Amino acid sequence: MFGYILRRLIATAPVMLIVAVFVFLMLRLTPGDPAAIIAGDNANAEQIAAIRNRLGLDEPIVTQFFIWLGNLLRGDFGESFFFKKTVAELVASRLEPTLALSVATITIAVCVAVPLGVLAAYKQGTVIDKIVMGFSVLGFSVPVFVIGYSLIYLFAIKLNWVPVQGYQRIGDGFGGFLQRLILPSVTLSIIYIALIARMTRTSVLDVMGEDYIRTARAKGQVEIKVLFKHALKNAAVPIVTVIGLGIALLIGGVVVTESVFSIPGLGRLTVDAVLARDYPTIQAVILLFSFVYVLINLLVDVAYTLFDPRIRY
Amino acid sequence: MSAEPALLAAEKSAPAPRPTLRSRLMRDGGIIFGAVILLLMAVIGLAAPLLGTKSPSEINPSFRNRVPGIEQTIRNDDGTTRTFTYRMGTDSLGRDIYSRVVYGARVSLIIGITVAAISIAIGLFIGLIAGYMRWVDAVVMRLMDGLMAIPAILLAIALVSLFRAGLLSVIVAIIVPEIPRVVRLVRSIVLSVREEPYVEAAIMAGTRTPLLLVRHVLPNTIPALIVQGTFICANAILIEAILSFLGIGIPPETPTWGNIMAEGRGLFRLYPHNIFFPGICLALTVLAVNVLGDGLRDRLDPKLARRV
Repeated sequence: MFGYILRRLIATAPVMLIVAVFVFLMLRLTPGDPAAIIAGDNANAEQIAAIRNRLGLDEPIVTQFFIWLGNLLRGDFGESFFFKKTVAELVASRLEPTLALSVATITIAVCVAVPLGVLAAYKQGTVIDKIVMGFSVLGFSVPVFVIGYSLIYLFAIKLNWVPVQGYQRIGDGFGGFLQRLILPSVTLSIIYIALIARMTRTSVLDVMGEDYIRTARAKGQVEIKVLFKHALKNAAVPIVTVIGLGIALLIGGVVVTESVFSIPGLGRLTVDAVLARDYPTIQAVILLFSFVYVLINLLVDVAYTLFDPRIRY
Repeated sequence: MSAEPALLAAEKSAPAPRPTLRSRLMRDGGIIFGAVILLLMAVIGLAAPLLGTKSPSEINPSFRNRVPGIEQTIRNDDGTTRTFTYRMGTDSLGRDIYSRVVYGARVSLIIGITVAAISIAIGLFIGLIAGYMRWVDAVVMRLMDGLMAIPAILLAIALVSLFRAGLLSVIVAIIVPEIPRVVRLVRSIVLSVREEPYVEAAIMAGTRTPLLLVRHVLPNTIPALIVQGTFICANAILIEAILSFLGIGIPPETPTWGNIMAEGRGLFRLYPHNIFFPGICLALTVLAVNVLGDGLRDRLDPKLARRV
């Protein structure tokens, strides 16, 4: 088991290396001299040369890559052109809102989608099934910002239940934190619910014909236990997989949702960095999000063994 | 002869019930619904100048932020007057939202179709070669794994930041994240097809590799690619709208649904119509493409239908 985890961890290294090469080349391929950008409009040629020297931009490109990679591994993401801070500080200060939003979204999505998917599978072919599946297709199709603005319009403007936009740090009071978090998390969870509910329905339907389901029913097990204990547990592997793969959707959604709800998180930072052409920050955010995405899917692979002891490595 | 074959024969000879309109609608409802909506959007986009629109970029400083349905009296050059109805109101520059929404259909459909066609063409080419030549496979698939490790929207955002904003750079930025998914799909089909007897027979007969790939392997990928193409199309329309909405996509003066909504963000509390009308069009179009894709998948590629 631990050997397996170690092997998988090592196997992700080349993937992350390719991501790093890509992200590095992205900065180098951009028109414009990073040293000139950092120096600002009033710098003279000597100052620019000094900055270029300091950043190691005189070295051959392969050397530059390894210097950059070495800095990354030591947690040095460079300096933001636009925010005039180190990128590491910048990212750290934006971490909490994004983390809170993501955790809340995944929690809502799993709690809603799994029962919905099981229900749709149980009532296969009925109106309930069709409604759940219709909702699922709709969830894929309505863009997250349209959902966001519709919810703001209904719950914040018309009903006045929650604040329109903004974010409150968890340290400044849990009630206000939750109140401002609920609408963005529900918004973001819609597409995730659609994805997970669909997969849950398919994989539960797959196992419903198995012998152990018939056996469970024959021994008089109540239907709800048959569904959630016997069927769902055996259908768990594809569901967990899709939750892991869905992180990519979630990350994309975070960028949009944070912009709609004015949440000062990493997603908002990404957009601000692109608008300001702040390449070190863009690089750092992409690397970080990709790393998290790869890591979560690694965890998902490992989690299979918990759901299905038949899978051994 | 035993009774059984006779029974079977009897069953066979019974006339198959002709599919009624109702049963066809039930079976192909998604395909019909999707195709009709898409056709409608295409007609709207093509016939935009004829649909009672005015220039989508004509600004009108004295007529800003008006509610839907408001009328304006316009004085013609010859002194006569006519009234123009702003069916969906005006935005903060006084532009007619209805005209912008109608013209916006063009951009969305162009992006959806172009991205789907180009990413499938490139992905098919790479996937055929990777699936067939082992040494290419190892290199290409590691590269694709790396590209797929970056969430699609993020990669598109990063790519957009490299070029100057415009239709072409947005199309390129959306195509790149889609390619690895097509490559994987094509490669998996090639890997299963290359063991088939007819492919082995063709190799034995001395068919050269390019011809073999095009004539014997490629046709197997077409049903899956048609289905994948519709999903790429839906995705591309969504991502373009997201990029434009975030202000990093198509330049704001071009009427696209994302741009109209980006424009309406600031005054959303007072004038929600700036967001709702393009939002509904966008959602309806993407829904139509998705439903069409689902329907095509069930018809063309039942094996794929099992994996969501």
